[in-house]
Amino acid sequence: MSAIVEVRDIHKRFGENEVLKGVSFEIRKGEVVAIIGQSGSGKSTALRCINHLETINDGSIRVCGHEIGSPRIDLRQLRQDVGIVFQSYNLFPHLTVRQNIMLALRHVKKMARAACEERAERVLRMVGLWEKADNYPEQLSGGQQQRVAIARSLAMEPQVMLFDEVTSALDPQLTGEVLRVIEDLASRGMTMILVTHEMAFARRVADKVIYMYQGLVWETGGPEILDNPQTQELRNFVGTGL
Amino acid sequence: MNYHFDFSGLLPYWKMFLQGTALTLELTLASTVFGLAIGILCAIGRRSSLRPVSAACGVYVEAVRNTPFLVQIFIFYFGLSSVGMQMPAAVAAVITMVINVGAYSSEIIRAGMDAIPAGQIEAAECLGLSRPRIYWHVIMLPALEKVYPAITSQFILMMLMSSVTSQISTEELTAVANNVQSITFLSLESYIVVAILYLILAVILRFLFLLGEVWLFRRKRVIALARRRLAASNVPSIPTNTNAVRT
Amino acid sequence: MDSFTLVQFEYMLKGVGWTLILSVISFVLGSVGGFGVMLARVSEIVAVRFVTTFFIQVIQGIPLLVLLFIVYFGVGIFGLSVPPLVAASIALMIYVSAFLGEIWRGSVQSVEKTQWEASECLGFTRWQSLRLVIIPQAIKLSLPSTVGFLVQVIKSTSLASVVGFVELTRAGQIINNSLFQPFLVFALVGVLYFCLCYPLSLWSRAMERRLNVGNR
Repeated sequence: MSAIVEVRDIHKRFGENEVLKGVSFEIRKGEVVAIIGQSGSGKSTALRCINHLETINDGSIRVCGHEIGSPRIDLRQLRQDVGIVFQSYNLFPHLTVRQNIMLALRHVKKMARAACEERAERVLRMVGLWEKADNYPEQLSGGQQQRVAIARSLAMEPQVMLFDEVTSALDPQLTGEVLRVIEDLASRGMTMILVTHEMAFARRVADKVIYMYQGLVWETGGPEILDNPQTQELRNFVGTGL
Repeated sequence: MNYHFDFSGLLPYWKMFLQGTALTLELTLASTVFGLAIGILCAIGRRSSLRPVSAACGVYVEAVRNTPFLVQIFIFYFGLSSVGMQMPAAVAAVITMVINVGAYSSEIIRAGMDAIPAGQIEAAECLGLSRPRIYWHVIMLPALEKVYPAITSQFILMMLMSSVTSQISTEELTAVANNVQSITFLSLESYIVVAILYLILAVILRFLFLLGEVWLFRRKRVIALARRRLAASNVPSIPTNTNAVRT
Repeated sequence: MDSFTLVQFEYMLKGVGWTLILSVISFVLGSVGGFGVMLARVSEIVAVRFVTTFFIQVIQGIPLLVLLFIVYFGVGIFGLSVPPLVAASIALMIYVSAFLGEIWRGSVQSVEKTQWEASECLGFTRWQSLRLVIIPQAIKLSLPSTVGFLVQVIKSTSLASVVGFVELTRAGQIINNSLFQPFLVFALVGVLYFCLCYPLSLWSRAMERRLNVGNR
């Protein structure tokens, strides 16, 4: 079965500090994978290596046919194939919600204005924020901004979507609306990798859970490993609910 | 372009250039010292709770910052001599420079003082420190340390500004260039040489101020020294209570 | 000795007009130059960055008066005889380019790095990111400093009097040479400059306050 994301034995150093010590995993099309672990386990770094936000020192990554380590990589195409949603949403504050979504469609995908507006409307309706299309990001709540960020990434019609702790910066009562959108995307068959602290959500939505510890994949399996951890470290992790 | 640069024609006048440089340096250092004093006083005055005092300081600062230095010099030099107060051009130059840099410095110092967190002052009060001591140790000294780079930049700017005093015949560096080029007609060369001399002066001043910073502010010295020791001993993290810590 | 009458005041106001004209010319030309300087400073080509940094360091490290003389006499060696307004404009344009370029570079670099990340991850090229995302935000951040610098420009035009351009300061000198009342004349000149500069200073400070409120 061909994997859409293949991560093989990647190593990543920040100066003296080796953050990823040989991480490998595979993700099939349509799978929803949750990567969990303590702060400092390397999970965000691993995610950011997949779309070339961080470069790897060793090992290989293949995503949607792109060879990440290769110098001839088509970064523009990679970035269209792999979307990412950040913890701090990173919306463009000087543009309205609608403009935020349309900007890349116009200038990267070079779509005509009418087609951009159509797609912007479609994704905004999908995340339930069509009525806010002409608002500016600062007028929205954190949860709304994050949903717009998801819509912005979704509009590019990526093959894989990465989510980097997207609810960690939100007040607890706002995480629900974001998680609902993610769950909806999952049911539509989007391939997703989520770095998350939301255990209950991972249990419900993920097809596969990867537990990282000190820069390595420590334990992996279906969501049932959260109820039945095989290793002591995962047992501690789930037990303390960190 | 048929122009041939003739820098050698300036060589006979090297002494004049040196004297001009010396006077520029003297003007700058004098106005640095007195300008800093005025700046501190005016910053305190601006923050005063007495309305007339803070208003007066405010008027002074705004008047200086919103009028050209050249005009300030004319008002001072020609204005005062017209009411009978004659003084050498260099003195008028220094006084005007002090008034000017004092205003700019006071704003910088005031910003530094305003930025001291209220929590620090509260903590000092709760420790029972007297008001004057709090003012000096908790507000003024940390503020001065923090704004030191900004203030010394201002002083270097003042040195460049001193060139304007050539307009009232102060014999500083730019005036020397004016004189030399009127004798030799090597105008472009004179001003290029003087430009280079100003650049060198700025480098020297920056170096002096850097030395001053390390000497004045012991905390920075101590921290820098500790950092260097840590790097040299190749300890990967802050050592705990082991006896085997190498220095 | 004449006394200060409306005639003299009108002459001063003419000087104000020329001050404004020189200020606007210098600021506009200098903005174009400054934009180029800013782009060069953030360029990915090391040589470009190096040359630009050198240029900025030199211009910021010499007195404006000396720069003015260099331009004035420098233009002369090309055999051209230019009016003082042109010489002053060129010198001020160079001066403004260096300073505005640095101010704007600072603004571009103070836009959050995460904005670069977000636009890169949407597939924008570096130039597209700059043009569509970073610079629009940098402009907003740079407004207080830019307007503040405009005040500097207006004050700097007073030096054009030294090369014979009849702006406000020179007008004051000419009037004083016939009236011999320097206190009155130059104080009035100062007041006129104040009227030009102070509103801009207030505006710059108001904009800065508004910016800081937004960045709670």
